[in-house]
Amino acid sequence: MIHSLFLINASGDIFLEKHWKSVVSRSVCDYFFEAQERASEPENVPPVIPTPHHYLISVLRHRIYFVAVIQSEVPPLFVIEFLHRVVDTFQDYFGVCTEAAIKDNVVVVYELLEEMLDNGFPLATESNILKELIKPPTILRTMVNTITGSTNVGEQLPTGQLSVVPWRRTGVKYTNNEAYFDVVEEIDVIIDKSGSTITAEIQGVIDACVKLTGMPDLTLSFMNPRLLDDVSFHPCVRFKRWEAERILSFIPPDGNFRLLSYHVSSQNLVAIPVYVKHNITFREGSSQGRFDLTLGPKQTMGKVVESVLVSSQLPRGVLNANLNPSQGTYTFDPVTKLLSWDVGKINPQKLPSLKGTMSLQAGASKPDENPTFNIQFKIQQMAISGLKVNRLDMYGEKYKPFKGIKYMTKAGKFQVRT
Amino acid sequence: MKEETRPCVIPGCFSARRHDDLKEMLDSNKDSLKLEAMKRIVAMIARGKNASDLFPAVVKNVACKNIEVKKLVYVYLVRYAEEQQDLALLSISTFQRGLKDPNQLIRASALRVLSSIRVTIIVPIMMLAIKEAASDMSPYVRKTAAHAIPKLYSLDPEQKDQLIEVIEKLLADKTTLVAGSVVMAFEEVCPERIDLIHKNYRKLCNLLIDVEEWGQVVIINMLTRYARTQFLNPNINVSRVQNWVYSLFRAVSLPIEQSHDAALIYTAIRKILICCLTHVHVSCFSEVQYVVLQNVATMTIKRRGMFEPYLKSFYIRSTDPTQIKILKLEVLTNLANETNISTILREFQTYIKSMDKDFVAATIQAIGRCATNIGEVRDTCLNGLVQLLSNRDELVVAESVVVIKKLLQMQPEKHSDIIKHMAKLTDNIQVPMARASILWLIGEYCEHVPKIAPDVLRKMAKSFTNEEDIVKLQIINLAAKLYLTNSKQTKLLTQYVLNLAKYDQNYDIRDRARFIRQLIVPTEKSGALSKYAKKLFLALKPAPVLESPFKDRDHFQLGSLSHLLNAKAGGYQELPDWPEAAPDPSVRNVEVKESVRAVGTVTYRDTGALWGLQGPQKMEGSEGCSFRRTIAPSSALKSYELLHRITGEGLSVEYCFSRQPFIPDANMVAVQVHFTNNSTSDTKSLHMEDVKLQSGMRVKEFPEIELLPAGETATAVMGIDFCDSTQTANFQLCTHTRKFFVSIQPPVGELMRPFFMTENEFKKEQGQLMGMNEITEKLTLDVKCRNEHAIVQKVTTAANLSRVPCGSDKECRFAGRTVTSSSLVLVTVATKDQGAAQLTVNCEKMVIGTMLVKDILLALTQ
Repeated sequence: MIHSLFLINASGDIFLEKHWKSVVSRSVCDYFFEAQERASEPENVPPVIPTPHHYLISVLRHRIYFVAVIQSEVPPLFVIEFLHRVVDTFQDYFGVCTEAAIKDNVVVVYELLEEMLDNGFPLATESNILKELIKPPTILRTMVNTITGSTNVGEQLPTGQLSVVPWRRTGVKYTNNEAYFDVVEEIDVIIDKSGSTITAEIQGVIDACVKLTGMPDLTLSFMNPRLLDDVSFHPCVRFKRWEAERILSFIPPDGNFRLLSYHVSSQNLVAIPVYVKHNITFREGSSQGRFDLTLGPKQTMGKVVESVLVSSQLPRGVLNANLNPSQGTYTFDPVTKLLSWDVGKINPQKLPSLKGTMSLQAGASKPDENPTFNIQFKIQQMAISGLKVNRLDMYGEKYKPFKGIKYMTKAGKFQVRT
Repeated sequence: MKEETRPCVIPGCFSARRHDDLKEMLDSNKDSLKLEAMKRIVAMIARGKNASDLFPAVVKNVACKNIEVKKLVYVYLVRYAEEQQDLALLSISTFQRGLKDPNQLIRASALRVLSSIRVTIIVPIMMLAIKEAASDMSPYVRKTAAHAIPKLYSLDPEQKDQLIEVIEKLLADKTTLVAGSVVMAFEEVCPERIDLIHKNYRKLCNLLIDVEEWGQVVIINMLTRYARTQFLNPNINVSRVQNWVYSLFRAVSLPIEQSHDAALIYTAIRKILICCLTHVHVSCFSEVQYVVLQNVATMTIKRRGMFEPYLKSFYIRSTDPTQIKILKLEVLTNLANETNISTILREFQTYIKSMDKDFVAATIQAIGRCATNIGEVRDTCLNGLVQLLSNRDELVVAESVVVIKKLLQMQPEKHSDIIKHMAKLTDNIQVPMARASILWLIGEYCEHVPKIAPDVLRKMAKSFTNEEDIVKLQIINLAAKLYLTNSKQTKLLTQYVLNLAKYDQNYDIRDRARFIRQLIVPTEKSGALSKYAKKLFLALKPAPVLESPFKDRDHFQLGSLSHLLNAKAGGYQELPDWPEAAPDPSVRNVEVKESVRAVGTVTYRDTGALWGLQGPQKMEGSEGCSFRRTIAPSSALKSYELLHRITGEGLSVEYCFSRQPFIPDANMVAVQVHFTNNSTSDTKSLHMEDVKLQSGMRVKEFPEIELLPAGETATAVMGIDFCDSTQTANFQLCTHTRKFFVSIQPPVGELMRPFFMTENEFKKEQGQLMGMNEITEKLTLDVKCRNEHAIVQKVTTAANLSRVPCGSDKECRFAGRTVTSSSLVLVTVATKDQGAAQLTVNCEKMVIGTMLVKDILLALTQ
């Protein structure tokens, strides 16, 4: 399946290569560079590139291209998904997945890749299992290892490999037993010129951080489980019980994991927490354009909309913008024409606005494209879909865990067309 | 050690000196120094630097006690052993020792390295090691053995027969850990040996949900192929099932669908759209979107209806990368039809204002395609495109010109003003393709613009030498066409152009000029062809058909690399066609052990039967890993007599309710009619006539049977809408000589179709059908049907209902809906001690309820 992997940084250097079968010359990456040159933007490089003898499948994350070389038919998503898993694992191990972090930990990276694939076929990809085989580098462990001469590599087969719950290791112990769940919803919206909603969808996830001793068996129930119409679970969730009773019942993995992700799409269900009033006009023959933007909250159930950031790509003809924000700060980059306005909190009594003029190229006719506003915001303690966790129970262990649930709503791809 | 005394194996002496410090460290006694050295060497390998000259120094550390050093030595060996085969042999004995280690991890990793070092000479040792590992105690080691099989196969294909034996052995393994890996080995070594799968088919289906995601992808791929060779095409017999995957895996796929892996979801359910859609918008990774959208684009061509409700999910956001935008546009265009075109066009209008010019160009083409496919909006689209002609961006204008040209070809006579407008554009527009399109248009429809055309030619003649090649060719064409229609005005111009072209640098243009001159300017030598010049040039040209580039992709398997590239990738296996006749299903029979039995009482039958016509069948939601199905045996289908062979003068007719959905009309009950000709002469033109029905009832007649030879039988299917009542349908059965009056009366149990629901849904619905709608009867069960299995069989034979999964073994629940009005029918049989039982029927239609109670009571007590 996967023959080789090359990591390529933004400036086009191959800084790591790994081969699982016979060595594939790194000159195969020339085809990738060719495609990269043809693409206008880094994200426009096609994920699958055929070459005379191989196929290159790549993903771009953290400004690093992960290029897998394959030789024969394989479902492309299989490879893409695996590459993303590799990146997730690196992130898990090193905190960040940057070129520097990979170079610093090149030996661990190599050991990881060795364990994740055997002869090009995935062998161990579950993070809990990998962590038992190869311990993540920490300063403390490095010090201990230098003094005692012990190693980072596990000598025994991870317990999870053979158990029926491969995602959890045995013998977990904590002094403080705690289980935290974050319900995070992202709202994807397109609003058209006149202010009406074209599409609105909610993508939600429940991320968990579970630090519990032993083999706890958790159940999580919702007040309104019917809201979730399209759900995808972590493999630990017992699907049968969800089908029958709409209850999440599971033996959790140790540490951080994504319990489920869901999707709420029905248009009338989605409340839009922010509205935008805009008036952007260019007049023919004049070298000035008017810019007027006001934000306001709606349907937020009394919660504060915070960390608001508005960004927009202004038309190419705009030379400069002379604007006056009622709060926050704005920047305009005359080269990339990127306008961004860091608003902060929205105060319902005094709505934030950004007004002023844009100067256009003298003599040029008015731009015919209109900018789109991308809005980011956060609302704490509210899930916009109305999803509520009813209760969380633990079976199988005697102690009383500390439980916590947090809600948050964020803007996903929130776009306002003008 | 001796290695230092043999410098000849080390290529390049000076580099050997360069790594002296590393060698010293490797030779030292301290593990920490060795580790440090190995780490530096691995870093070199990672950067792609050549470290092969250290081979002798590294290889002797293979027996090192420190496990991390050992692992890094393994990494090194796997990388360089192929280049230095002789030296690599030194390490083999260590691995052989490792294969006997009590620690399973060490056994497994020894096998992994041994099988990865690609040294031909050790093939027999590898073979032995794999065979031994295949019967190891530890499933992890067995998994490693499965991984080693393709490695050995690629090293020495002659070992195939022996390897197949190992695969056969491992296929029988019952652990989930091994299943994925061994199927992968099967696919690489002997995908043609389908016969190895028979015995393991059901086990693999059962294990599927517990296998790790990567293994699942491989297993499902293999099972798809398997089903294609072993089962009949479901589309022929059963209604319009999208794909066998859909049906067969409906039982198991749901849990998979909910698992986290995109690749898996995609391969598994191929055609279940929800997943695709989730990944179109959930996935933040554009690579995943890219692949999924490619597949969606292919699917939308054939099955537009599936995606239509989700149209809005494909709307484009300004932050999408261009390649994603263009794919979404493709999907939107494929989905466009008369009803949604106005929304789509409004959406396209906003896209045209985008700053991404490549995307704008693609949008214009998409508009063109919508306009050709949907006649109603052609004029609107054309007007919109004409407005774009005054856009400031030249690319936009050029693209519009090209698209308008294609549209005008469909109905040129109406649009001479547009042609005029475009003629004016020649002064400004510089993009060659657009210029060429305009010139072609003017030439083609010069009769519509008789005054402008010569003038355009005049201008073009002036600038001829500076034009691009494609424009020059079109100028020549324009000149030729004008010469033929309006030679008075353009004779000189044409000759001028042809003269210019005669001395052009491009030989295509010179050729064209020479050929056209011969054709249109008749000389003595030019022969008969010039008479037909007008016909040749001004023939009516068919309008171009704008097609989706994804049109022909569906012959590749969806989700495959070949499909994505639209070219056959190496190792792509085409899905075989469905077999004509079902292969023997009994090959899959294994001794059914207790563990195979699902929860509840379900007869475990072959999936092959699912596609046959033999019996009514239902599939229920999945329960863990097993298929739960209730299949009434074919003998249980009760036949009723329609015409006795004595009254029918040799023709005997029977009918039964096949319990299959009647495809032409879902509100009808399918009735299967068997004709047997017992006479000595042929019967011709068997058909129905003079149908007499109660009000509201409808009949779909069976197609006429033209000939039924003596002694033969024939089967036909007809549909009757009984309006949820047991009224009879009367009609005449006619042959070429006689007419017989016959009638069909359905038992009440056939007026419903199975409906799948969960226990909770059942209880909820039951709660709403209380009071008048509930009928309860106490009964004593017949001695023969005091177990759950018998009850299920009796009830499902009496009525076409499906079993509802149920937690308690004291109760059996069944659900269905009436065929015509889709009213719910809920049946509960609660058993008590000593054969006492209580039967409850909840149904909105009280008449049906009462009759059903009687029928089931009869079935259970006799």
